[in-house]
Amino acid sequence: MIEFRNVDYSIQGRPILRDLSLLVNAGETRVILGPSGSGKSTTLRLLLGRVRPDRGQIFIDGEDITQVKVERLRQLRQGIGMVFQQGALFDSMTVGENVGYALLEQNDDEDSVEARVRETLRRVGLDDELIDRMPDEMSGGMQRRVAIARALAAEDPKILLYDEPTTGLDPQSAERITDLIVQLRDTLGKTSILVTHDIADAYKVGNTITVLNEGRVVFDGPTSDLERSGDSFIQQFLAPFRTAVAAAAKRLQDAPRQAPPLRGGTT
Amino acid sequence: MIQALIERLRRVLIVVQDFTLFTWALLRSAFIPPFYGREMMHQLYFAAIGSLLIVVVSGTVAGQALALQLARELAQSGAKSQLGHFMVISVVRALGPVLVGMVVASRMSAGITAEIGAMRSSDQIDALVAFGTDPMKRLVVPRMVALVIALPCLVIIGDALAVTGGGIVGMQYHVTWESYWAGVLHYLTPRNILVGMIKPFLFAIMIVSVACWKGFTSEGGAKGVGVSTTESVVISSVGILVLDGVLTRLIFRLLHW
Repeated sequence: MIEFRNVDYSIQGRPILRDLSLLVNAGETRVILGPSGSGKSTTLRLLLGRVRPDRGQIFIDGEDITQVKVERLRQLRQGIGMVFQQGALFDSMTVGENVGYALLEQNDDEDSVEARVRETLRRVGLDDELIDRMPDEMSGGMQRRVAIARALAAEDPKILLYDEPTTGLDPQSAERITDLIVQLRDTLGKTSILVTHDIADAYKVGNTITVLNEGRVVFDGPTSDLERSGDSFIQQFLAPFRTAVAAAAKRLQDAPRQAPPLRGGTT
Repeated sequence: MIQALIERLRRVLIVVQDFTLFTWALLRSAFIPPFYGREMMHQLYFAAIGSLLIVVVSGTVAGQALALQLARELAQSGAKSQLGHFMVISVVRALGPVLVGMVVASRMSAGITAEIGAMRSSDQIDALVAFGTDPMKRLVVPRMVALVIALPCLVIIGDALAVTGGGIVGMQYHVTWESYWAGVLHYLTPRNILVGMIKPFLFAIMIVSVACWKGFTSEGGAKGVGVSTTESVVISSVGILVLDGVLTRLIFRLLHW
C-alpha cells in the first residue's frame, strides 16, 4: 500500500505539489493524470526518495519513507520497479546487462541471471536473442519494452511505477506498450502507479484515477466517475479527448460508405 | 547594487560548499564497499591507454622545446654540462606533472562530464538510484581510483620522454650522451622524484571530482551538458595550475628548501 499524506513540495520557492493526499491500495493500478508541469513525475520522484517533501508524509506498506535512513531507503527502492520516460536504459550496457542489472548488482550468478533475463524478455514480448544488442540498435518501442523488462526482473518488485511510458512513441507502438501494461496488471496484480497525460491510456490502464492540476488533486476516484465530475478543469481537460473519440466514431461510421473494402486485393 | 553583490557572493559560497561536500563524499565512498572492480578496470584502460598517445607526443615535444631553450642559454654561459641537472629539476619537479596533468585533464574532464551529464539528462542516474545503486560508488569512485593510478604512471612516461628528448637536443650543442645522463641521474634523487609524484595524485582527485560534479549538476539538456563540459575543462586546467602553485610552496616549506 502507498500513501501520500498532505505532501507539499516546492523548488526554489515555486510550489510543485500542494497538500497532496493519495492512497493506493495493494494490488491496485492507479493512474495519475494531468497536463505537463502538474507535478505527476515529481510524485514518483518523491516515492523513490529522490527528493524530500517540504511537508507531509509518504508511506510504503506503513513505513514513512521521509523518515528512514539512506540504507533503508536503498532497500525499499529494491522492491520498486520503475519505468522511466524515454526508457532511461543504460546506453553503455547491452540489453541483457540492462535487464539483469539489479540481479547482477546483488552478485547473483551469471547463468541464473541470464535465464531470468531471457524469461523476462519473452514475458514483455521480445525475442530473447536480443540479449546482446545495445539499446541504441533498437526501436523506441522495443527500448520501452526492455525498460519494462528491467523493472520486472528486479527482485520481483512489489510496486511498479510507470512514468509516461508511451511518450515519444508512434501510436501503434504506444498502444502495444499500453496493452503490455494492462496485461501485466491482469497477470501480476502488483500495486502500480502510471503517470500519463494521455487520457486514452488512463482509461485503458487505471482502476482508479487521480487528476492533478498545478500540484493539487482535482479528482480522485474510480475511472468510471471521471466523466461525471463537475470540475471545470476536468471538463476542459477531457474536451479534446471527447472530440477525438467522436471524430473517430464518425470516421468509423462513414468509412464503409466512402471506401468499400476491396475483395481479393492486397492491403 | 550591494544587494546583488551579496546575492552573487552567497551563490558562490553555496557552490563552493556543494563542491567541498561532494569531494568529501567521494573520498569517503572510496573506502566503503561495494567496489566496482570491472568498472574500475574499464576506466583504468580509458584513462591510461587512451591518454598514452597525447602524453607521448606532448612529453616529447615539450621536453625538446625546453631543452633547446636551456641548452642555448647554458652554452652561452659555458655551463652546458649542467643541462641534465636543469632538465631533471624543470621536468621532474615542475613541468612534467603540470603538462601531463593538463593534457590528461582536458581529455578526461570533457569525457567524464559529458558522459555523466548525458546520463543525468536521460534519467539514467535516477534509474541507477531506483535500483538501489549509489551513483557516487558506481560512477565516480572507479574513475577516481583509475586516474589516481593512471596519472602518476603517465607522468613518469611523460617525464622520461621529455628528459630523453633533452639528451638528444643536448648532443646538438655538443653535450655528450654520457655526461648528460650522468647529470640526470645525479639529480634524480628520491626527494626530487617525491616532489614530482605527489602532485599527480592530488591532480587526479581534483580532475575527477570537478568533472563528475559538473556532470551531476548539469541542467538543460544537450546545451547544458555542453556548457558543463566546457566549464569542467576550464576549472580542471586552471585548478591544476593553482594547485601546483600551492603544493610547490607547501612542499618547499615542509622540506625546508
